[in-house]
Amino acid sequence: MREITYLEAVREAMSQEMRKNDDVFILGEDIGVYGGAFGVTRGMIEEFGPERIRNTPISEAAIAGGAVGAALTGMRPILELQFSDFITIAMDQIVNQAAKLRYMYGGKGSVPMVLRTPAGSGTGAAAQHSQSLEAWVAHIPGLKVVQPSTAYDAKGLLKAAIDDENPVIFYEHKLLYKTKGDVPEEQYSIPIGKADIKREGKDVTVVATSIMVHKALEAAEELEKEGIDVEVIDPRTLVPLDEETIVNSVKKTGRLIVVHEAVKRGGFGGEIASVIAESEAFDYLDSPIKRLGGLPIPIPYNPNLEKAAVPQVPDIIDAVKETVRFK
Amino acid sequence: MEKTLTLPSHITTEKLKDLYKQMWLIRYFDEKVDQFFAKGMIHGTTHLCVGQEASAAGAIAALQDKDKITSTHRGHGHCIAKGAETDRMMAELFGRETGYCKGKGGSMHIADLEKGNLGANGIVGGGIPLAVGAALTSKMKKEGYVVLCFFGDGASNEGSFHESLNLASVWDLPVVFVCENNQYGMSGPVKEMVNIENIAERAGSYGIPGKAVDGNDMVEIINTVYDAVENARSGNGPSLIEMKTYRWKGHSKSDAKKYRTREEEKEWREKDPIQRFKEVLIEEDILTEEQAKNLQEEAKQEIDDAVKFAENSPEPSTDTLLEDVYA
Ligand SMILES: Cc1ncc(C[n+]2csc(CCOP(=O)(O)OP(=O)(O)O)c2C)c(N)n1
Ligand SMILES: [Mg+2]
Repeated sequence: MREITYLEAVREAMSQEMRKNDDVFILGEDIGVYGGAFGVTRGMIEEFGPERIRNTPISEAAIAGGAVGAALTGMRPILELQFSDFITIAMDQIVNQAAKLRYMYGGKGSVPMVLRTPAGSGTGAAAQHSQSLEAWVAHIPGLKVVQPSTAYDAKGLLKAAIDDENPVIFYEHKLLYKTKGDVPEEQYSIPIGKADIKREGKDVTVVATSIMVHKALEAAEELEKEGIDVEVIDPRTLVPLDEETIVNSVKKTGRLIVVHEAVKRGGFGGEIASVIAESEAFDYLDSPIKRLGGLPIPIPYNPNLEKAAVPQVPDIIDAVKETVRFK
Repeated sequence: MEKTLTLPSHITTEKLKDLYKQMWLIRYFDEKVDQFFAKGMIHGTTHLCVGQEASAAGAIAALQDKDKITSTHRGHGHCIAKGAETDRMMAELFGRETGYCKGKGGSMHIADLEKGNLGANGIVGGGIPLAVGAALTSKMKKEGYVVLCFFGDGASNEGSFHESLNLASVWDLPVVFVCENNQYGMSGPVKEMVNIENIAERAGSYGIPGKAVDGNDMVEIINTVYDAVENARSGNGPSLIEMKTYRWKGHSKSDAKKYRTREEEKEWREKDPIQRFKEVLIEEDILTEEQAKNLQEEAKQEIDDAVKFAENSPEPSTDTLLEDVYA
């Protein structure tokens, strides 16, 4: 199989679908000749033209709501929100409109849209361009929330998101754009709501999301040298959450660590921990559940501070050791 | 030779010389920053205002010291013009402890509250409502200051712009909105993103005066902003001024500038605001070529010193991560 980057996988998923389905189009800021702030749509306006690669004014409320309205009436828009932090401005249209319409209208209508947006820190863009706010949308009934960690998952999940009849918030990670992986050339779909066991192990379950999947895998490599066998689970989608895969893993290992980049307080890790606490896996726990997440601070600019604000490989290693040593 | 310059009385001959030097400070500051980014010596991102020096220096020259400003992601010029120390600014870009934000903010978040600079902003349109609030304080506490609110052409498509102009108008607040129309957002040409000739016309919708000026003409800027500011100070409410200008560099750091032509860039370089101001000052016998050269040299020296200060400043300790956290 050929290797492509995560960024190319996202682009390919969109291009392949757009070649087949005229209802699919993209709207967003600077997605035309500029190719988007991170280059995801580069070359697409040349292929699909400005009608379908719609370069918008800087008006997040209007473009988010515009996508909702277009979706409700027969189009399948993909909205590129330049940085996930700007969802603050789009929020009414996403939360009070997109998420609500179908249920509120008594099952009438649907909003088949995807909001794609890059999240996360590590680029030095500081407090207003580095957040991981996925827990906000995961809290809202009516939104599906997807967070791919690999190029393969990004392509398959984006295809599924575009095909979905309901609004999907699709989180990309800026630092993952350049990572490479094996990706089939043909279209394929990964079901939304299916976790992936990225590494099998028997001693401890680490549930990690987005970039933390890679950090957890790195930690697992290190820990293997010390004879600790880590299972790494990537939920891939937060809503719906594949509870079964996580419960089964914890029943096997008896230990759970949850790690995400988002601020720990109020983060999605609390949900995963609660799912286990409420499940039959609770009886199997041999040590307290641990959550690793960002510090309760805005992301600072200085690179050393920026790194220290979110979990890193050594933090995961320490947490695993503490957990397996717990008596 | 007959003197033809008409300017507000506080703009003395000395002040004009200072302003000429200040424009060079702004240019050299941003040129240096550009070089450091190109060499990978600075982390993160930055937005340079080379070519736009007149709107920062001219507009702020019209203010009294007690007046306040809100700035943007392209804010180094505003910051310098409002009296910030270039060494502490440069230190902030280097992420050092001695920087204006202790290395936690970076280029997009420099604030100098003591000098009345309420901060740059990473959110397009994010500072506009803040300016309205600061003007409300001035009115409620009868402080007599006016707020000068900078934002770009692109920001004038955000809801925050429209809501703020309306609010300032109905509450009759002492705020002057300054739209720096540099012809593009990140890449979106103002001609495609706004369907009117002058953004200044938008003022009419909110019942306030609007005026478009040559944003590379120091004298016109100083006079126009002065009239608007003094009008606001006298209780006559807000107004909108549009400065037609151009950013010489790419949007952030560098970019391929595929969204515009090299000819257009050349045309605007010929309208260099610093060169034009120098010609006025020489024509008016305020400066000789020799003096102009010396002022330029002094500015260059100051920026070189700022770089040395930044380079020799310590990195913030990770012990400061949780400093200033209150919730
Ligand atoms: C709410 C929001 N949307 C988008 C961006 C990304 N962005 C940063 S600067 C910029 C262009 C702004 O254009 P303009 O207001 O004209 O200011 P200029 O950069 O030209 O000075 C964009 C789209 C942002 N920072 N905030
Ligand atoms: Mg602009």
